[in-house]
Amino acid sequence: MPFRPLTLIAAFCLAVVLPFLASAQTLEDLIARLPDGNFNDRAAIVAQIAETGDPRAAQVLDALLEGELEQRSADGRFVRVTGSRNNQTATDVLTGEDLGPVARRSTEAVRVNNALRRSIRTALGVLTLMDPDPARRLAAAEAALRSPSPDQVEALAEAMAAEANATIRIAQTRAHAAAVLASDLPLQAKLDAVAVIGEANAQVVQQTLNAYRNAAEPELAAAVGAALAEAESRQRMWSQAQNLWFGLSLGSVLLLAAIGLAITFGVMGVINLAHGELVMLGAYTTYTVQQIIRTNAPEYFGYSLAIAIPLAFLLVGAVGVLIERGIVRHLYGRPLETLLGTWGVSLILQQAVRSIYGPTNREVGTPDWMSGAWQIGELTLTGPRIAIVIFSLAVFFGLLLLMKYSAFGLQMRAVTQNRPMAANLGIRTGYVDALTFGLGAGIAGLAGVALSQIDNVSPNLGQGYIIDSFLVVVFGGVGNLWGTFAAALSLGVANKFLEPWAGAVLGKIVILVFIILFIQKRPRGLFPQRGRAAEG
Amino acid sequence: MTRLIDLRLGLFLAALFAVTVLAPLATTLPSTSALNLPSYLIPLMGKYLCYALLAVALDLCWGYAGILSLGHGAFFALGGYAMGMHLMREIGARGVYANPELPDFMVFLGWTELPWFWYGFDMFWFAAVMALLVPGLLAFVFGWFAFRSRVSGVYLSIITQALTFALLLAFFRNDMGFGGNNGLTDFRDVLGFSLSAPSTRIALFVLTAVALAGCMLLARAITISKAGKVLVAVRDAESRTRFLGYRVESYSVFVFTVSAMMAGLAGALYVPQVGIINPGEFAPANSIEIVVWVALGGRGTLVGAAIGALVVVALKSWLTATFPDLWLFALGGLFILVTLALPNGLLGLLDRLKPRQAKPAAEVPA
Repeated sequence: MPFRPLTLIAAFCLAVVLPFLASAQTLEDLIARLPDGNFNDRAAIVAQIAETGDPRAAQVLDALLEGELEQRSADGRFVRVTGSRNNQTATDVLTGEDLGPVARRSTEAVRVNNALRRSIRTALGVLTLMDPDPARRLAAAEAALRSPSPDQVEALAEAMAAEANATIRIAQTRAHAAAVLASDLPLQAKLDAVAVIGEANAQVVQQTLNAYRNAAEPELAAAVGAALAEAESRQRMWSQAQNLWFGLSLGSVLLLAAIGLAITFGVMGVINLAHGELVMLGAYTTYTVQQIIRTNAPEYFGYSLAIAIPLAFLLVGAVGVLIERGIVRHLYGRPLETLLGTWGVSLILQQAVRSIYGPTNREVGTPDWMSGAWQIGELTLTGPRIAIVIFSLAVFFGLLLLMKYSAFGLQMRAVTQNRPMAANLGIRTGYVDALTFGLGAGIAGLAGVALSQIDNVSPNLGQGYIIDSFLVVVFGGVGNLWGTFAAALSLGVANKFLEPWAGAVLGKIVILVFIILFIQKRPRGLFPQRGRAAEG
Repeated sequence: MTRLIDLRLGLFLAALFAVTVLAPLATTLPSTSALNLPSYLIPLMGKYLCYALLAVALDLCWGYAGILSLGHGAFFALGGYAMGMHLMREIGARGVYANPELPDFMVFLGWTELPWFWYGFDMFWFAAVMALLVPGLLAFVFGWFAFRSRVSGVYLSIITQALTFALLLAFFRNDMGFGGNNGLTDFRDVLGFSLSAPSTRIALFVLTAVALAGCMLLARAITISKAGKVLVAVRDAESRTRFLGYRVESYSVFVFTVSAMMAGLAGALYVPQVGIINPGEFAPANSIEIVVWVALGGRGTLVGAAIGALVVVALKSWLTATFPDLWLFALGGLFILVTLALPNGLLGLLDRLKPRQAKPAAEVPA
């Protein structure tokens, strides 16, 4: 085995930290003494092996623990014997060198009993607790927390004292506290331990403390009970926060899907049942862009969404203009016919995509910069979800600004409020109609890009959103963008808060029934448009 | 006074009668004969007639009262489930698990007793009543709420669609007690007659034809009555009718409920002939497809709705078998064609080709 400088440094560090190690014997010497003496002697040697801090110590102890450490009779070499009874192979326990098959009687096993196994486990714990690799130290501390053992109290205390990394030290402190609880140390130490664990996250608190709920000492039981209750309330609070976050995330998905509809249906009064399919086209645009980048320039994959967003907007917007010019234009003032005609468009688009891309789900990748997750308290926020929340807000406010402050927005509102008057003032109403519909479609395309990150990209993608989007728009009040905003977020949040006690499907049914009843009560939605025009 | 049976309806009923008599006869001919009808086609034709009945039901409320329901598939499916529940109970101990009381899927789910809403479905008359009553009641309650709040037009369409979507989700759940995803199937017999026997199939087919004819006459009777005139007035000018002192919502609820019960009847006749009912029947797409049948045939004509259903369903059977990829293109194209070029459907086209006297073509706004 090559002697790596890193190992040297690590060994050196350990030597500095634990000065008594300097006098310890080498690993080879200690192993050589293993077969001698009784189990107690072996336990002492095991402890010494751990104290060498030799990086090979772990594999030796592991072999010993498994009962696979044997000594070759011929040359006294220590090997690890694995395999079935008649087909054994040996490897050198120190170097890992493969020594090939061995005969059954040519080696002598180093025997272990249960007491010794316990010592070995402790020693192994100590070894990994002090491992030079921080990731393994952390893992060891967490493992010790999961299965606390009184034997580890001292090892953990030592590790804590030596630890420089704050995160790992916290983990070790908690593991130490758990070990203290499991030991027979005095009451005060245990009470301190409960306090230490009480600061951990709720799940850890419950895992660790549940066993001591009915501890013999009344003070301890009381402290444990208090810590558990506190953890439970904290967890409840965080799960509310979690629900809220999931709700906002779902709400922003609904918002994205519904904004485009809020324009075509809300502003223009056109029932566009092909809206879901326009969303689907946006998702397939993303897929196509990614495919092209993957095959031609994989190094630019991180930019795929940045390319897909404007492309989807323009492409799907163009499809929208085509639909408006080809079909919807002839059906103004006949909403039910528009509904049927656009349903026909949706069927054709679905089948077209199915014919071109196939009926199966397509894989749309998430760029590296967007994946990953953030932890706030006990709440996990995943990258794509955060991106969608931000993106939908950006689209919403962008649209709001466009409607309010651009010349096109002004013309759009003028045409929808009073078409003949707008035409008299020189606005090309047909042109504005086409562009408005195209804008709604383009936003559906943007929604498709976003949804491709969290949903299956298949020809049926749009079907799942169409009814929800309509309900959002109707619930919020037709012709009112802020109403759509409020409706989407409140429906999303309500849905997620219903889910824990009603289940996902039933929660959705409850919401649907609620909206159906709500519309009966207030047919014009949450925020109806006031004035004479609203009666239609 | 308009006659109950005008020329169109008379011709249609005559054709229906001829088919109902001739088709069963044709199955008895030797298989070498050119006129022989394979007996497996009988349930298929029965199924088509069920669809025609469903289309007539929708035409009654859409064509005459302007209520575009995108949830008629739900009423159809509810009727179907009511009949399916009876057929499940009639399997009795012949199921896979041989449980005399519980249908197979309940045994499979580990249930030990029948849920309360399955009580009574072992009796045929009860199931038959329920097949009409459940859709009727749902339509009555739903319509009562909706029309009283003056929810109409597109809003009504959207919430009826939401209704069938909610039912779809609900019936997919296993613990609803309706067989979940798989629905109800493996039926054996009805009233003691085996469902696979040719004679039972013919009887069901004839029954469906009779039901279709009966419902068309009923719908016609409603539309030519005074109430029917009011309905047309509601369709064309709802506010004006209200100002004239008519209770618009009463008329709307009435016709919506009758229509839903017809749809339920169609579903109840459909299930024994097809042999299965599953939550897929609640899919919003199915309900919209019904609309295109009516639109293609001609809204507000009853006969046209039935013909539209037969034409589209036959086209669907043929296309999905020979060019499966083309079916959705064809259906989508049909929707666009009907809305852009054929606002009064095939019958309207007929009227335009042969202008009769000076009678102005009936105008049917949405």
